[in-house]
Amino acid sequence: MEKRNIPFNKFYKQFNVLSLTLILISLVLLTFKGLNYGVDFKGGTLIELRSLDKTLSISDLRRSFNNLNLGDVTVKNFGKENDYVIKFEKKQSIEENFIENIKIELANDIGNIFEFRRVESVGPKVSSELLKSGVIAIALSLGAMLIYIWIRFEWQFSLGAITAVFHDVVITLGFFSLLNFEINLSIVAAVLTIVGYSMNDTVVIFDRVRENLRKYADIKIFEITNISINETLSRTIITSVTTLLALLSIFIFGGAILKGFSFAMILGVIVGTYSSIYIANPILVRLNVSQKTILKEEKE
Amino acid sequence: MLYFSKLKIISVLIFTIVISFFTISNFIKLDNDLFKRNINLGLDLQGGSYLLLEIDNSPVIIQKLQSKLSSLKKFLKDNDIRSTNFKIIDDKKISFVVDENSKDKVLSLLKDEESEINPYFQRFKTHEFDVEESKELSSSNINLQYSEYGLVLLKSSSQDQAIEIVRRRVDEIGTNEPNILKRGSDRILVELPGLDNPDRIKSLLGKTANLTFRFVTQSEEESFGTERIPYQDEEGDAIVSKRIILSGDNLVDAQPRMDNQANETVVSFTLDRVGAKKFAKATTSGVGKNLAIILDGKIISAPSVREPIVGGSGQITGGFTFQTATDLALLLRSGALPAPMKIIEERTVGPDLGQDSIDAGILSLIIGFALVVIFMIIKYRIFGFIANIALITNLLLLIGILTLFEATLTLPGIAGIILTVGMAVDANVLIYERIKEEIKSENNKILAFDSGYVKSKTTILDANITTLIAALILFILGSGPVKGFALTLGVGILTTLFSVYFIARLLTSLYVIKNKDKEKLI
Repeated sequence: MEKRNIPFNKFYKQFNVLSLTLILISLVLLTFKGLNYGVDFKGGTLIELRSLDKTLSISDLRRSFNNLNLGDVTVKNFGKENDYVIKFEKKQSIEENFIENIKIELANDIGNIFEFRRVESVGPKVSSELLKSGVIAIALSLGAMLIYIWIRFEWQFSLGAITAVFHDVVITLGFFSLLNFEINLSIVAAVLTIVGYSMNDTVVIFDRVRENLRKYADIKIFEITNISINETLSRTIITSVTTLLALLSIFIFGGAILKGFSFAMILGVIVGTYSSIYIANPILVRLNVSQKTILKEEKE
Repeated sequence: MLYFSKLKIISVLIFTIVISFFTISNFIKLDNDLFKRNINLGLDLQGGSYLLLEIDNSPVIIQKLQSKLSSLKKFLKDNDIRSTNFKIIDDKKISFVVDENSKDKVLSLLKDEESEINPYFQRFKTHEFDVEESKELSSSNINLQYSEYGLVLLKSSSQDQAIEIVRRRVDEIGTNEPNILKRGSDRILVELPGLDNPDRIKSLLGKTANLTFRFVTQSEEESFGTERIPYQDEEGDAIVSKRIILSGDNLVDAQPRMDNQANETVVSFTLDRVGAKKFAKATTSGVGKNLAIILDGKIISAPSVREPIVGGSGQITGGFTFQTATDLALLLRSGALPAPMKIIEERTVGPDLGQDSIDAGILSLIIGFALVVIFMIIKYRIFGFIANIALITNLLLLIGILTLFEATLTLPGIAGIILTVGMAVDANVLIYERIKEEIKSENNKILAFDSGYVKSKTTILDANITTLIAALILFILGSGPVKGFALTLGVGILTTLFSVYFIARLLTSLYVIKNKDKEKLI
């Protein structure tokens, strides 16, 4: 069997420009358009309804909810055609029975044809705490991984891996901002899993880079990265395919609640696989990693 | 890496079989007690209500400051210190003025390590109150404010009381297996599995249920002072004495009852001995007066006392329906909360949606699993088959361990299991790809397989530890369903490593040793 040799390294520059552009666009989007926070992080109330009357029009439902003085109301289809999600600013507070009032008002206005499938109501204090702990969780896990890679490799590798992961998180969030997808607790979980997956992918290639640096003293890092990417390529592809198969299955069959989560993960796996090749490795090249870098580590 | 001792093989098999039994015990009924464990379904899967309550401690603080203020007055008087101008500032500080020459004595009394008026120092190395002083001409102004620790103790004691009351109220309603836990210093978490309409429980938990009996007066001037209190159902208010005849603490029982004479629903109550005496005395001297029954700052009703009530029991009227009477009786039986509470987070999932989520979760698990299994067989043939056996073992172990610890499975948790299926084959793929490389340069198949395992080991460990770090942090910081996801992801990594290094490696070694002379092995 012939050795595979795709010249990934020829396109480092072009793809770095592409990545930088995407990151810039994402940052602009995140700064100016912002994220569409769900009730978990913004506070407010979410109600999932099932209408027993399939002919009910969404505009009727919207009109009915707008009459209830609940602040800014959004009504959307959710999964099936007779399932709806309604979100509004008003949250659980002193007036403890406002959900019951909504039930009564709806029955009066449209008829007693609703099944309340889910209610989530989050106060402002809790939502800001949840947001804070979400950000802390992501920051902490990045920090912990930075340290782990630092201990296991050298700082150059650590920097490369973290930059790649950072790239993935920013671009995934940028996509969410662009598509106006909702950010809730499960998206934070998805982002953290993306962090884990992307790191995993990068570590596999880095491990091979380190091994090859030891093996070939006279080959430049520019070539070493390319050899290593090629040697691990079939694993990279197979693992991302099996992971994507599992995620696609959740996306298609896992129900409406897991849609956002699995979408974020699918996006993250694709971006994460790409960044392991085109972000992490060019950084090693740029930092001029050589056999010396890792031999120094081993002497210590 | 390909050699296994008999002992190792046997222990791996026993471990796998025992854990797998726990998995199976979720699906079939076993009589054995040890295996009678089940994975708990999270509220998002079985349906139910999650309520986070926050205690508003500010009334408690004011109340405590007031009583501290009067004991302080007495204390200083007992110590022959002239003090004036006692007041409470901003609802959080006690302030008073003493002469300049007695200032030092006051401060030393308040800052003494064994001070009884400002305690806790012996136990906690900090006083209940922080003491500040400021000079004003010939006198000194002294301020007392709750210290950080004093506030913590106050909050935790009101949390302790409140959780007890919450528990009683929830138990009275009789939902199955409620879960009531402290959160932080001033919050209480209530989980009510299977309850899809928490409206009643919410309205019961939102009430402080502070009940008092006080006389309605006409004159605004009375020795105890008076206040205007609004009626609950009607317009208007009444002037009521501040003297409390009876409070909810004196009640030993309360029940809803049909009063046949008046043909309305009432709440009848029974008083303890002290309460009965007080009530008898008050109603004897107060025949003809109106006795206001006040709940949480609103008058329920103010019937006139027709005759002395000496039997230690009575009834509350107030135009109740049977439901409202039942609820009031329940609140009175379970006692008053030390402070008002607010619901700051609610999540309710109906049982239908829960079941839909389970169905969708299982369907996507089966399909995701099938896709990965087929892909692996196409890609690696016999070794794909081995990797798939490892994958199945992995799933059995993962679910078995979750069962063993009676962990809570949430919808994101199911997603975590499916994701584990997708990522679990990674380790075997790494190994097989490495073996393929080794075989190119090594003629001895067994040696090639062996070095494939050895050389991929650090990579696999590094790669999995990074994901484990993410899972661990998510588990520590995440809440509710997200925690469930982190748990399955984290345990999934451990079971993956086990199934790859023990199950798949064992099968691989058996196969390779038998077929080492085959031309194309992998």
